[in-house]
Amino acid sequence: MDNPCLPPHICHMDFDADIAIVGGGLNGPALALAMATAGQKVILIDALGVTVRKDAGFDGRSYALALTSTRLLEGIGVWERIAEHAQPMLEIKVTDGRAGEGPSPMFMHFDHAEIEEGPMGQMVEDRHLRRALLEAAKDTDGITQINGRRVVAQDIDPAGITLTLDDGQTVRTRLAVGADGRGTGTGARAGIKRVEWRYAQTALVCAIQHEEPHNGIAHQFFMPPGPLAILPLTGNRSSIVWSESERNAARIHALDDAGYLEVLRPRFGDFLGEISLAGARYTYPLGLSLAHQMVAARVALVGDAAHGMHPIAGQGLNAGLRDVAALAEVVADAARRGEDIGSEAALTRYQEWRRFDNASLALATDSFNRLFSNDNPLVRMARDVGMAAINALPGLRRGFIREAAGLTGDLPRLMRGKPI
Amino acid sequence: MQSETTTATAQSTVDPAEIAKFEAMAAEWWDLNGKFKPLHMLNPCRLDYITTQIAGEFDRDLKVPAPFAGLRILDIGCGGGLLAEPMARLGAEVVGADAAERNIPVAQIHAEQSGLEIDYRHTTAEAMAEDGEKFDVVLNMEVVEHVASPIDYLTACHDLLKSGGLHICSTINRNPKSYMMAIIGAEHVMRWLPKGTHEWSKFITPDELFDLLRQAGLDPVDRKGFVFNPVKWTWGLSDRDLSVNYVTASLRPAD
Repeated sequence: MDNPCLPPHICHMDFDADIAIVGGGLNGPALALAMATAGQKVILIDALGVTVRKDAGFDGRSYALALTSTRLLEGIGVWERIAEHAQPMLEIKVTDGRAGEGPSPMFMHFDHAEIEEGPMGQMVEDRHLRRALLEAAKDTDGITQINGRRVVAQDIDPAGITLTLDDGQTVRTRLAVGADGRGTGTGARAGIKRVEWRYAQTALVCAIQHEEPHNGIAHQFFMPPGPLAILPLTGNRSSIVWSESERNAARIHALDDAGYLEVLRPRFGDFLGEISLAGARYTYPLGLSLAHQMVAARVALVGDAAHGMHPIAGQGLNAGLRDVAALAEVVADAARRGEDIGSEAALTRYQEWRRFDNASLALATDSFNRLFSNDNPLVRMARDVGMAAINALPGLRRGFIREAAGLTGDLPRLMRGKPI
Repeated sequence: MQSETTTATAQSTVDPAEIAKFEAMAAEWWDLNGKFKPLHMLNPCRLDYITTQIAGEFDRDLKVPAPFAGLRILDIGCGGGLLAEPMARLGAEVVGADAAERNIPVAQIHAEQSGLEIDYRHTTAEAMAEDGEKFDVVLNMEVVEHVASPIDYLTACHDLLKSGGLHICSTINRNPKSYMMAIIGAEHVMRWLPKGTHEWSKFITPDELFDLLRQAGLDPVDRKGFVFNPVKWTWGLSDRDLSVNYVTASLRPAD
């Protein structure tokens, strides 16, 4: 062999790191931290500069982190940085409502006291989570960040993958991970096709300040135009996610703040007292987007790059973090066995672990939405009876609570509170 | 000596058509769904056992890069390098031996593509023992059921070890279940292996293997079963179920 091998008998073949991660939003840095915790060298690439991503003011977006997701964040040293900004979600109340009529008497009530693991989830604002992840990544030796650079090409060879950035710089690793969202990126460059469904619906997202305390209770109202969720934030603040038909949403979004609140107020009544906006308002067109494959040669996809789903149950980030925990575990185990971490053998294990879970979750939230967005009186009666039945049966209710807390399925070690 | 001649042969006198053929064969060895699918399915489980045993015996931490640096490991019956490459990646100095000559250039080509340096040789355990070669670890996986004289072969494995060295040996148990699973199941029903791969009478029970290891001068220290889970479609290790495939660890006592 003509390239001199570095001792001890491993030719490094000019690898810049073990893994390149494209996308420095939430899943990307979380994966970088999990991989670095497992002893892997990581290069984290993002098209935007760090300051742009980190120092955005409170933009009104927040996440309902499942218990398993907070365990993962604990395991990678991020939770301690955001714990003080997190609001525990102690109860979830689900009600079938109809605008102007108030909620129907049938409802479901999930209380964390019914399961032993603690709160069902934690509400965390996007800005806090993003900053904590990026700062933890910066403080970690095994992670090198390349910011403000776009990947323009990726080429595979038998031993690795080379990414070419827009300044001509190249990054060669054993594995490249696409954490770059549902647009054209790592997956498309690897030849992975996607299937998309668009709903004629748009999510309206904002944060509100209210008079009365929320007591850690999350509410989900199902109404004909679409669901409305009230999720508790720290202090007397809540995050609102609400969906409307595309046309109505555009009209409501165009209103001024006072007009917007006028529309919002009657939809969930006055139990929180007077409300005002706390932060910017956003709209997101709703749709489902699934990659045909989660892996290709020397490439793996996580989060929205693999599956963008309807945000109905706030499961998008939780599903992404499950990908992160599973991929980190597959890679860590492969490395400890001496396997090639970017090999088809290793990547297939990740795909088989995650694909079924993701596709079924995406379809479940899809049908949940279709069921609850329906104003047909028969459908409405059936779902009211169904909700009352679930509420009356403690076993079934506990099952739903555990599902919401992310405690079902084949959990990665980091989501069971174990070291990677 | 032998390795230098083999390497030289592979690099200087093999014509390009031959190399293309070996590349195709290497691709075949490493095709997860190809001819060697059963080995690929078993491989993570075998590697879990091997790496844990080596790490335990030589006090290595598998969570750091190149944990096996400084160890000399022999893989007998190396085939396409399914075990030799992981050992090299973990930092060991690896010799891969195979009695089938055509496997050598195939394994060499794949190692080169993977950026690994492995000393592949067309030779046998007995010949290497005679040359006085010594190793910290001898991997003897799924070979003993194919040899003519297990005791002579295991004695050679003993001789190849340094004092205090580790010998890992896996094989197939001999009982009605192993006949059903390994011959009827794997060869005839699933077609995982070519018919005639195994001869049931050559299978060895764990107790017989422990006796043979002791006769060869080795101290058996551990045994575990490789168990196939048809629901998860993967292999796992079992403390109790050694009824079909199983693996043992033994040590060459300090002189």
